[in-house]
Amino acid sequence: MPRAKIPRKSTSIDMTAMCDVAFLLLSFFILATKFKPPEALTVVTPSSVSSKIAKDVDVVLVTMDKDGKIYLSVSDKNTPEKKEIIEAVNTAKNLGLTDAEKNNFIKNPAYFIGVPFSQLKSYLDKPQEQLKGLNLPGIPTKDSTDNELIDWVRAAVGAFQGSKMNLLVKGDNEAKYPSFQGVIIAFKKNDQMKFQMITSPVTAPAGSELWKAQQASGSKSVE
Amino acid sequence: MAEMDTSGGGGHKKGPGVKKAKKLSTRVDLTPMVDLGFLLITFFIFTTTMSQPTAMKLFLPKDTDKPDEQNKLKESAALTVMPGKQNKVYYYEGLDPTKIQTSNFKAIRDVILDKKRRTDAKDFMVILKPTQDATYKNTVDLLDEMTIDGIKRYALVDITLDEYKIVTLTEQANGIK
Repeated sequence: MPRAKIPRKSTSIDMTAMCDVAFLLLSFFILATKFKPPEALTVVTPSSVSSKIAKDVDVVLVTMDKDGKIYLSVSDKNTPEKKEIIEAVNTAKNLGLTDAEKNNFIKNPAYFIGVPFSQLKSYLDKPQEQLKGLNLPGIPTKDSTDNELIDWVRAAVGAFQGSKMNLLVKGDNEAKYPSFQGVIIAFKKNDQMKFQMITSPVTAPAGSELWKAQQASGSKSVE
Repeated sequence: MAEMDTSGGGGHKKGPGVKKAKKLSTRVDLTPMVDLGFLLITFFIFTTTMSQPTAMKLFLPKDTDKPDEQNKLKESAALTVMPGKQNKVYYYEGLDPTKIQTSNFKAIRDVILDKKRRTDAKDFMVILKPTQDATYKNTVDLLDEMTIDGIKRYALVDITLDEYKIVTLTEQANGIK
């Protein structure tokens, strides 16, 4: 009996459909992507169930790195406020900053505040190339008698008078509590009782009260 | 899709003297293109930041010396939680810090919920007193825990020296450095 002939089939597949899918996904990712801005400070934020997106305008950001050092920055677009802040600090502390030094802080986001008042002039005087990899000492906050963040926050409150200021704290997981306490004291002294902490989002654990509430309302928003 | 009809308008025959032009296939091998596509996709997936950072609100209590402005707190309704070294949490009920008990971040939820069940909802209050050895993450985790457990009244307060001493003694007794 002759064997049944198995017809030979070609192994090459039509790649067109796959190509279409690949480029569809590619165009989606190109459009949806938002590159991480280069950060001078690496901070790993803790996570929370809060799902409110952090504001990015009119922001006064207090950053706390893993050694508990405190830095202060103001969002780039608020140049008039930045100008007022640096002017206020300059007059109050008699730093004698030149216009060029002030402009460094006002116009260039690379010059965020991370030094005590005594070193501010020499810090703002440095050319930008020298800023990278510079080990900044941070704004002193730990000692309650010498909490310089109080003066910075006061200047910021003055500068943002009449408009809404978003006070944000971005802390590293490993920062110790006393640094955070110093920040809280600085806010309290200036009657800034409301602030926000930047966290990375996680979902509420299943079975918890918040989870039940979210299931019931069908929304995920937490204030 | 990528193929085109190359058979040539209806296939009418040409004369016998006319040489047949060689039919070239218009099919292109798309495999390298797919490779390239997926390579770029992986690149964009890795560089993209999909989840935007969120913000957690915190309201601080106003410091006041006037007794009538201060919030009254029932002794039986208070639970004080103190995060310490090495992600350990210490807590005590009421106002007596010597009744300190040790816990951790996983077990503290049950402690809080258990206390919540036993107390009148309108009096119940959790007091968070992070020690000097607690990290920022510990603090945020506890504040988050308040949201998760649906605690309406809680406060972030500075630890007293006595309480800190008791926490340190407990840590030493448990061999935590």
